[in-house]
Amino acid sequence: MLARIVPLSQTSRQRYWTQTRRLTGVLLLAWFLVTFLCVFFARDLRFSFLGWPFSFYMAAQGALLVYLLIVFLYARWQRARDVAFGVAEAEND
Amino acid sequence: MSVPGGQALAPDGSGRAFSRRLRRYYAWFTVGFLLFVLLLGLGERMGLSRVLIGYTFLFATIGLYAGIGIMSRTTDVAEYYVAGRRVPAFFNGMATGADWMSAASFIGLAGSLYLLGFDGLAFVLGWTGGYCLVALLIAPYLRKFGQFTIPDFIGARYGGDLARAIAMAAAIICSFVYVVAQIYGVGLITTLLTNVDFSYGVFLGLAGILVCSFLGGMRAVTWTQVAQCIILLLAYLIPVAWLGLQYTSSPLPQIAYGPVLERLAERERELTQDPREREVREVFLARANAAGERVAALPESWEQGRQAARKQVEDLKSRRAPLREVRAAERALAAYPASADEARRAWQLEQNAAAARGAPLMPHAEPFWSGDPDPVRAEKARDTKRWNFLALVFCLMAGTAGLPHVLMRSYTTPSVHDARRSVFWSLFFILLLYLSAPALAVLVKYDVYTQVVGKHFNELPTWVAAWSRIDPSFLRLDDINHDGVVQLAEMQLGPDIVVLAMPEIAGLPYVITGLVAAGGLAAALSTADGLLLTIANALSHDLYFKMINRRASPARRVTVAKVLLLLVALVAAFVALLRPGSIVSLVGLAFSLAASSLFPALVTGVFWRRANRWGAIAGMLTGFGVCAYYIATRYPFFQSALGLAPGDWPPWLGIEPISAGIFAVPLGFAAMILVSLLTPSPDAGSDTFVESLRMPEAAATAEGSSARNR
Repeated sequence: MLARIVPLSQTSRQRYWTQTRRLTGVLLLAWFLVTFLCVFFARDLRFSFLGWPFSFYMAAQGALLVYLLIVFLYARWQRARDVAFGVAEAEND
Repeated sequence: MSVPGGQALAPDGSGRAFSRRLRRYYAWFTVGFLLFVLLLGLGERMGLSRVLIGYTFLFATIGLYAGIGIMSRTTDVAEYYVAGRRVPAFFNGMATGADWMSAASFIGLAGSLYLLGFDGLAFVLGWTGGYCLVALLIAPYLRKFGQFTIPDFIGARYGGDLARAIAMAAAIICSFVYVVAQIYGVGLITTLLTNVDFSYGVFLGLAGILVCSFLGGMRAVTWTQVAQCIILLLAYLIPVAWLGLQYTSSPLPQIAYGPVLERLAERERELTQDPREREVREVFLARANAAGERVAALPESWEQGRQAARKQVEDLKSRRAPLREVRAAERALAAYPASADEARRAWQLEQNAAAARGAPLMPHAEPFWSGDPDPVRAEKARDTKRWNFLALVFCLMAGTAGLPHVLMRSYTTPSVHDARRSVFWSLFFILLLYLSAPALAVLVKYDVYTQVVGKHFNELPTWVAAWSRIDPSFLRLDDINHDGVVQLAEMQLGPDIVVLAMPEIAGLPYVITGLVAAGGLAAALSTADGLLLTIANALSHDLYFKMINRRASPARRVTVAKVLLLLVALVAAFVALLRPGSIVSLVGLAFSLAASSLFPALVTGVFWRRANRWGAIAGMLTGFGVCAYYIATRYPFFQSALGLAPGDWPPWLGIEPISAGIFAVPLGFAAMILVSLLTPSPDAGSDTFVESLRMPEAAATAEGSSARNR
């Protein structure tokens, strides 16, 4: 198993980390907007959305689903990056 | 397993078979559990008594957890501390979910949402959104590090025993407050389920916790938590689906309760206009005014009141009034405030309580609502509420990403990739409950507003009388205006009843009430398990092995861990037996403390290479210090303990003490950065260590990192 691991060059390590950081930043921005922006303007965002007042829906359900999506995308895209850089671990299940 | 920091035990393929086997076991377990509930339901039809159903649920579930514990007993270090690092992501997610969903989430959350309306959603957002931070900033890196505890990470990244010791102290303080509340919850639920004494309840629950974690450590706790997660989700979702069928004609009220919210808003408008509601509110406002006048007239009013109470007793005695009246007057005199200072406190509480009950009705979906009739003051109050909401959400989120018992679970997955997936599954299972709670709150509120409020006192649903009999703190109705009809303002409702009485509100048989209690028990036990393990492991691994006896053999380390676990559990149970109601309300504070002490050090440890030991120490101490200072001087419980006058310690920017982290986290980060820059950069070894954290790669670098740690 050890033989499969080729030590990565410094530049590709650097590239891996830059890309990881960028993804982390983008997803954190989404997290921030969907949480704090929606709450901050909660009183102005009260149009009806699927039968709920929008800000209530976002705080009770919408934001939660976005969180799940964020975590899902992070796991998926990081996995894709691991594969691209040849550092992916074995699948366990 | 010989290499503590190494990769999964299972070579390719066998992990998959293991996972398949687990799936089969737990599928059978779920089916078996449902059959068990069904059988008990049939038993109830045939006349099985409620107490017997309660006992069956209690002993069957605790016996089950103990059985899993005995089957997974171990003396191996890696098995004991991190379940051998081979828990598949799906099951690790379930275990984390059970770890996370405490008695507060299971029983308290829907009730808080009922009482607080929109503003209660801060808890829903905070306790779920934190998982984004865990996934993006912490979990994969901790797994790559691959040791045993959170102080381990701080100690290895920054070097030196001081940083490790501070992290350990912070981890233990946050977890201990939390575990006391869980054991307290276990005692309460056991009492409710079987009518046994509270202290028996605590020790029965403790036995269930200990058999499991004592024998098998993390390994036993993990497999028990998966079972507990299944039980607690079934116990929550079944009655919610039933209630949903009644009000939304869909078993998924989570996606169908929008129209009920609209009808609720309409009912709220009706009640606001109702003249009899207003009448009751006027009575309360008058009471609040009277109390306010007595406070304003202190200390004379205190003296007058005391004289009047004495005179009343003497008058009644000299008139030879009935003994009952004399006793009542004597009790009133005995309960009279002992000093003018005490009277001020008591009467102010009385004034606030009466004013709250006299305040206009809060619309459920209105963000940051204020009942103040003065528009300028109302606007100011609403703005304060908005900032408090934002601050609380932030603290709960950062706290989630700093609480050791959750983060520890990243160590138990087979790989970095699985640690990321595990966070997804944790959040998935947590959302099953957290998406239901707001729906449940709206459904129960609508039921209460239409089936109880406006009804005659003698035509109320049966659950109302049953629950107000158990304890008036659950539900209390007084006919204030003597019209024989329930007004909303005449009702006092404790938050816990929303979940506990939900099966009866939905018209389900008693067996479902037993199921809900068993679910609450599972939630409290699973969280207590995880927390106890965190505390005992911090002591045995970080204090004993890393700082006191570095040459301890693996067998000795596990033994020390087990003994410490027993001690910590007994101390926690002892504290819980004192019924520290105030401690239970302190749980929210654990989040601010965890956020301000551990979160900055963990994040900068990965994302900022330049962070060094002195920065970390300064950051943790500043964060913890600011947070503790703010809580100690602003939280009513500590204010009175320290003898501070609340008026002398106004909150900063109107922020409540539960959200102390909003000041402490940024200051902690600032101290960390400033001190790091003022002191020399960390050595080259630290650079390599950070590099190694940032990428998965298999065994080679994990070896490197653990070598450095040793």
